[in-house]
Amino acid sequence: MQVQALGIVKRFASGGPAALAGVDLDVRSGELMALLGPSGSGKTTLLRVVAGLEAADEGRILFGDEDATTIPVRRRGVGFVFQHYALFRHMSVADNVAFGLTVRRDRPSRAAIDARVAELLRLVQLQDFAGRRPGQLSGGQRQRVALARALAVDPRVLLLDEPFGALDARVRRDLRRSLREIHDATGQTTIFVTHDQDEALELADRVCILRDGRIEQVGTPDHVHDDPASAFVMAFVGESSSLPVIVSGGTVRFRDAPLPVPAPAWPDGPAALHMRPWDIAFAEEGGLTGTVAMLRRSAGGRRAEVRLDGEGGHLVEVGIPVGAGVARGEAVRLAIRGGRLFPAG
Amino acid sequence: MASPTLARRRAPPDPAGPAGGTTSEPLWLRRTLIGIVLVVLALFLLLPLAAVFAEAFRGGLATYRAAFSDPDALAAITLTLTVAAIAVPLNLVFGIAAAWAIAKFDFVGKSLLVTLIDLPFSVSPVVAGLVFVLLFGAQGVLGPVLQAHGLQVIFALPGIVLATVFVTFPFVARELIPLMQDQGTADEEAALTLGASGLRTFWRVTLPNVKWALLYGVLLCNARAMGEFGAVAVVSGHIRGETNTMPLHVEILYNEYDLGGAFAMASLLAGLALVTLAIKSFLEWRYAGAIASAAQR
Repeated sequence: MQVQALGIVKRFASGGPAALAGVDLDVRSGELMALLGPSGSGKTTLLRVVAGLEAADEGRILFGDEDATTIPVRRRGVGFVFQHYALFRHMSVADNVAFGLTVRRDRPSRAAIDARVAELLRLVQLQDFAGRRPGQLSGGQRQRVALARALAVDPRVLLLDEPFGALDARVRRDLRRSLREIHDATGQTTIFVTHDQDEALELADRVCILRDGRIEQVGTPDHVHDDPASAFVMAFVGESSSLPVIVSGGTVRFRDAPLPVPAPAWPDGPAALHMRPWDIAFAEEGGLTGTVAMLRRSAGGRRAEVRLDGEGGHLVEVGIPVGAGVARGEAVRLAIRGGRLFPAG
Repeated sequence: MASPTLARRRAPPDPAGPAGGTTSEPLWLRRTLIGIVLVVLALFLLLPLAAVFAEAFRGGLATYRAAFSDPDALAAITLTLTVAAIAVPLNLVFGIAAAWAIAKFDFVGKSLLVTLIDLPFSVSPVVAGLVFVLLFGAQGVLGPVLQAHGLQVIFALPGIVLATVFVTFPFVARELIPLMQDQGTADEEAALTLGASGLRTFWRVTLPNVKWALLYGVLLCNARAMGEFGAVAVVSGHIRGETNTMPLHVEILYNEYDLGGAFAMASLLAGLALVTLAIKSFLEWRYAGAIASAAQR
């Protein structure tokens, strides 16, 4: 089911700031779309507007060819998974999953419901937990129940609000994989909200990046990471640091030194050069001088934060090659090998 | 003890002493504090209660029984139970409605409503009674209208019910509001997205989520409804056999120096309160597991 948001505007207080300031989004049928952004960017609000849990002040929501804008949430046919699970704590796992089927007007037979519940519990690998109460399950298991419950009603679109936000890293990773597998198995159009760029890049077919109630960029994970549409996207997706530069006649200069960054058709004047950690390398001679201010280790690699000598005290982030020895406080030379230009600001 | 979780929950502090416990206070301090509490409890709660029953049975079982063969006494008991049977269900509905509105919705004047719910606690019951007399009494604002239709509120059952409803209004709402606020609206939203109607969501999700708090609220509300004196005294008119509730009857008998009758009636009133407490404790014990799982998210 294709889901479209057209010109969605939402204010929580009339005359107040817009939580969504004119959002257009097209989610293709069968797609797994991530809504990514910092807190307050409007991503959860957009998800809730699609679900019908919030009413948009302006704009329309389309499910396929049908205008779903005014369809109340209970008839909209969405599956919604909440960050804190929102399981019915007085019901067993099986009853939770069955809930959506039992409240239907065309309620299926008991046997059909039981069969569907068993099938879903198998899908989320909780077939042995049907009789348990939510309180007896771990966080990851509870979120699986919530997922099965949302899928039970054969929703037209599956919506997940920070589904892994309350879980520890390991469980998160497992659940991400489950969600991807379930999505691949069911082909369910799915939109999930996250503030975790890794989660969005790893899981989604396409990523929609929001900022202050507006969409900054929509694209595949590769696209938004390698070809960011704005300085914000570059800074938010993946690691980066920036330097103020001057462009003149197609040449990019930092403190008068030309950099090997092409700037064709870029107007003369100040600009901001954004660099990934591997756009900067340690050099033997020449280049910029600076002092290692901090060293960081993450699963992805090692990073050195280098404070450049001279005015401004700019900090840049440098990827440390495997095997290289760098110490904190060490004086180093850096060579800038690439980067992307964005308007100064 | 039926349930192992309960046994663990109610287990006394680690007898290994300060080193083994979670507190580091010395033993003498703990003993002193516990001792003070026990003495206060005995002096101010247990002793008076025991005195009521001792006094009631002083004349022997026959006198005690005789006190209840008096038709006025029976009428008072019937009236009290009737009033509770009307007021408690009303406040059950009002309390749920108020708690629901406050916990699940944002609207203008919400904080005012929260304050108003506490009003019956802060206003003296006598004042509450007077308010109803001023409103519904023969000289009251609505008096002429009521008289024209042959309706009597003050010095009759409706007035007593009104006063009781007013005084016991906060119990159910107060019990529910914090819990419902804590639980938020996600469960209800989940039910709606799954296709449940508002009414079904209420019956199958909201109500089960708050049933224990609701039960406590109702039990407390009931205890107070049966025991209310001040507000009811103002609106009842003390008509023997007609508008005397049990607490009022106790006072009348006491003023007439019928101590045996007064304490017999008082013991029955206290007994009803004790039964209420016993039901509450029994339910807590019987459903400890369910209550614990209801408390956690």
